[in-house]
Amino acid sequence: MSQIKPDARHVAPATDSAVSVRNVSKVYGDVQALKDLTLDFPRGELTSLLGPSGCGKTTLLKIIAGLLPATSGEVLINGRAVNGPGPDRSFVFQDFALMPWATVLRNVAFGLELRGVAKSEREAVAEKYIAAVGLAGFEQKYPHQLSGGMRQRVGLARALSVNAEVLLLDEPFSAVDEQTRRKFQEDMLELVQKEKKTFIFVTHSIEEAVYVSDQIAILLPRPSRVSEIIRPASFRDKGVANIRRDPEYLDIVDRIWASLRNYVE
Amino acid sequence: MINRSLMLKLLSGLIVFGAWEIAGRVPISYAFPTFLESMSALARMTFDGSIFVAYGETLRPLVVGVAISAVLGIGLGLWIGLSKRFEWLFAPIFIVMQAAPLAALIPILVMIYGIGLTSKVFVVCIMAMPVIVLNTASAVRNTPASLKEMATSFLAADRDVLLKIILPAASPVIFSGLRLGVSAGFIGAILSELKITPTGVGDIITYSRSIADYPSMYAAIFSIILLAVLFLNLLEALENMLFEGNNRGYVSD
Repeated sequence: MSQIKPDARHVAPATDSAVSVRNVSKVYGDVQALKDLTLDFPRGELTSLLGPSGCGKTTLLKIIAGLLPATSGEVLINGRAVNGPGPDRSFVFQDFALMPWATVLRNVAFGLELRGVAKSEREAVAEKYIAAVGLAGFEQKYPHQLSGGMRQRVGLARALSVNAEVLLLDEPFSAVDEQTRRKFQEDMLELVQKEKKTFIFVTHSIEEAVYVSDQIAILLPRPSRVSEIIRPASFRDKGVANIRRDPEYLDIVDRIWASLRNYVE
Repeated sequence: MINRSLMLKLLSGLIVFGAWEIAGRVPISYAFPTFLESMSALARMTFDGSIFVAYGETLRPLVVGVAISAVLGIGLGLWIGLSKRFEWLFAPIFIVMQAAPLAALIPILVMIYGIGLTSKVFVVCIMAMPVIVLNTASAVRNTPASLKEMATSFLAADRDVLLKIILPAASPVIFSGLRLGVSAGFIGAILSELKITPTGVGDIITYSRSIADYPSMYAAIFSIILLAVLFLNLLEALENMLFEGNNRGYVSD
């Protein structure tokens, strides 16, 4: 059965946490985007940040990535405080953020290029991940020659190729079509199984969050705080085809919608 | 497909030159030679070598001026695009420079720098530099934020962000600034030869007009246009070679 607990702070993490957010606040001018937010991300699992737009989920993700400074509080990765981007985290962008002047191969190898890895070595790694995301044969193509879904696979391969422990995904599937998105979600489950990394996944789709997550953190807006943490328990191992008609899946989707509907304008 | 675009180019050339020939034969003015007369004057100047001597003179301020404008212009443009304070300081100068009527400034330049090469280089720079600086600055300022963020998140140093993200992302607009700047530089070079001292191609134009050798005058004008077009095509080929994927704009568009 699912364990649904109303107060986030008293939920003990299932395993040890790879990422801990401690009392983080973020103020933009006179707007309080995040207020005293505390959240743990269990190692090797996928945690979704879910909430209505304007709830600060992307802000939180960028603070974890080190792309934005927190106004107060701290983010710990394996117990060490974050003060900027690091090799332990990699980011998948909502708009893909691919370099249009570079081939798929160079785009995927770009993280390693910036780390000073030799060309032959980084291209070998990139080729491996290009194949892993299903783009073998497209190495020498340019981004404008790919479809939206394929571009995001390039973004995913780039994030995987630096072998970071924590993958941060900012609404990665929001710019691709519905069918591609479903395929992505199934691939995502396989990836979490295979890669043994910690995934932090921002989404505004309730179904997507419930489908792919080991843990769902519901964020409520103005100022943002974690209102509840949901850990689906029973359907994860039933196979990708059966999840969407599992009673627990349907219950959780309904329950989340019931708690979010008041916040949607 | 290539054959077809070549055919269209030939056809449009044929129409323009045909119209020129007819207009010359009518004639619309005694000072307007036919296309064929102009071309034979061009051939004559080519064979006796006078056109090459003339271009030796004209190209000097042009090449020096365009080179200075390109290097300094892209450098200043980068700086202006990257720093808000520097923009306040320098951008107005180039906006004024772009708007100023150059012909009115030439007497002042001659007073300060004399009638030699320096003044002519200045004229070329005043024509070419503002558009290069302003285009570069706006291209740098409009680098997609998500690309810069991407590089930062993958641990790029500031230098990497500049060389591997900002410059390639800005390159299409920088190159279009260069193209505009170079064609303005051609205008500046000819203008300086007409307004300061008649040398090179400007001399051919002035002199042939004064002795009513209109075919030679038009041949000189035609040759400078031809040269400018060739040069711009060369620049475009260089751009395509350097940044192939940029042909189709940004991925996130």
